[in-house]
Amino acid sequence: MWAMIVKEFRELRRDRRTMAMLVGLPLVLLVVFGYAANFNVSKIDTEVLGPQAQQVAARLHAPFDVTRVDPSGTRAQAEDDLRENRIDVAVVTATSGTPVVLVDGSALFTAQSAVSALHRAGSSFQIQVLFNPDLKTSWVMVPALIGLILAFIGTIITSLGLVRERQAGTLEQLAVMPFRPSDVIAGKIAPYFGLAALDLLLVTVIGVVLFGVPFAGSVALFALAGAIFLLVVLGLGVLISTVSQNQGQAIQTAILVLLPQVLLSGMIFPLAAMPWGVRWIGYLLPLTYFVNISQGIMLRGASFASLWPSYLVLTVMAVAVLGVAILRFRRDLAPNVRAAEPEPAAAP
Amino acid sequence: MTFGAEHITVRFGDVHALQDVTLDVPTGAVTAVVGGDGAGKSTLMRCLVGKVVPEQGSLRRPPKQQVGYLPSGSGSWRDLTVDENVEFVGRVYRLSRSALDGRRSELLRAAGLLDVGNRLVRNLSGGMRQKLGFVLAMLHRPALVVLDEPSTGVDPVSRVELWRMIAETAADGAAVVMSTTYVDEAERASAVLVLDEGRAALSGRPDEVIAAIPGRVVQVAHPADRRHAWRRGRSFHEWLPDGSPARGNPVLPDLEDTIVAEMLYAREVSR
Repeated sequence: MWAMIVKEFRELRRDRRTMAMLVGLPLVLLVVFGYAANFNVSKIDTEVLGPQAQQVAARLHAPFDVTRVDPSGTRAQAEDDLRENRIDVAVVTATSGTPVVLVDGSALFTAQSAVSALHRAGSSFQIQVLFNPDLKTSWVMVPALIGLILAFIGTIITSLGLVRERQAGTLEQLAVMPFRPSDVIAGKIAPYFGLAALDLLLVTVIGVVLFGVPFAGSVALFALAGAIFLLVVLGLGVLISTVSQNQGQAIQTAILVLLPQVLLSGMIFPLAAMPWGVRWIGYLLPLTYFVNISQGIMLRGASFASLWPSYLVLTVMAVAVLGVAILRFRRDLAPNVRAAEPEPAAAP
Repeated sequence: MTFGAEHITVRFGDVHALQDVTLDVPTGAVTAVVGGDGAGKSTLMRCLVGKVVPEQGSLRRPPKQQVGYLPSGSGSWRDLTVDENVEFVGRVYRLSRSALDGRRSELLRAAGLLDVGNRLVRNLSGGMRQKLGFVLAMLHRPALVVLDEPSTGVDPVSRVELWRMIAETAADGAAVVMSTTYVDEAERASAVLVLDEGRAALSGRPDEVIAAIPGRVVQVAHPADRRHAWRRGRSFHEWLPDGSPARGNPVLPDLEDTIVAEMLYAREVSR
């Protein structure tokens, strides 16, 4: 038995991916759950508008962080600011009567924190939750889940498809056939892009029909975001395939790539509730930006004017990830002297 | 026309996979590359199809469209049917529908695969998969056919059928080069190149190579020098360097004897 144990440890030591999952994953989970797993938002960006703005703003305390006070502001402006995600809560005052607090329901945990803080204060505000009046979890989760499903399909299925080719030894055959490397790459990626796009459509329609999630914004903008996000995750899939020799390795690597996106993209734990030590990781993940866009378009009807930074980041990610992935894949298809490496034995 | 390699050297990091290797692959003939594991056979095959670019030396090969390649492994797509594999490769090489149908029938019939056209490749036996791989490599009538260990892991009956197909391909005018670990296969080829640790140990027609054997080979029941002996059936064959005293029964060496004798000779010389 001792020989078996020693052999197992030796194999494990050389299997870096399994070691990463054994050692790295518990550490990541500990840090993430320790710091990021927090549903309580301690700072809520708030603006106060209307004739009584100064007086009402003075009555607001933490967690409300009053970033703008405008006595000449109107309710229409407040709704617009909420729609474009410039603030989380807007208080609209009038010369007489109860101030109206407009809460962005698409930021579920922020909205819940705001509503409970207002109730605790026992203050005389009239609360109106916009974009998700009943604060339904499903309304917030479905747009985010669309991104997660795309990320799973794009990353795992694409990498498996490409690694299968390598594992079976047929990638070498493709490399010597009269294809241009770009033909092989495009031919491999296009079916997954098409299938994932179909999934995007299906999941969105089912989400809207089954869960009653509204689709308030532009379908074309949403489709554009979906296409760019798909290019990023397909690029990740290709990239994973170039560093994996078999399907098991590809799945392990894909899990290591996907898990942070699930935990740190803001789809489960609000980014606003995370300390900066963890939050910055979320801003490196493509799902963070897709969730921002999909929730903005579907729930709030947000426009490109407020969403363009997310589009820009996703586009830069798509170009960078897909570019590196294609370069690495090209190297596999058409090696030169420097890149020449012994081909691993093909699976029987 | 003769394809092949001239004095090629391939290095993977600090390891020389091939060192100053020359190989001629004439049309209408089968050329065999023999060697043990890690001798450099697959690297040489990959050079001939353009997958590996040698550090030194030159290659003579036709354009990609005229190369047929069976890599080590089956060289076919396991989750496609036999017919779908043929159709895919036919479309890649831009065969017309009628040409593809004709070629499919001809080659699948010769390979005994005509009745399993609808079967998924992953459900075929190892021998059938190898034959399909060969069919795919041959589909577009390539001028140069490169086969990397086509018969490894294949049952004896399928091996015979594969050899028949390979010989017919050469007879039709293609230049065929195949790597193998089976010396009996190499003996059937028109020319043979023996690789040892990336270097060409022997090359030429099998009969020429055998005729040039260094020293003598004898059959003995009990070898005098175990380091110079190898088992053949119930007895041993032993290599005697030139000038050794006569012993045992002289045998007419075959290619296997010759290769072993040459390796032993090379070690004696380098000592």
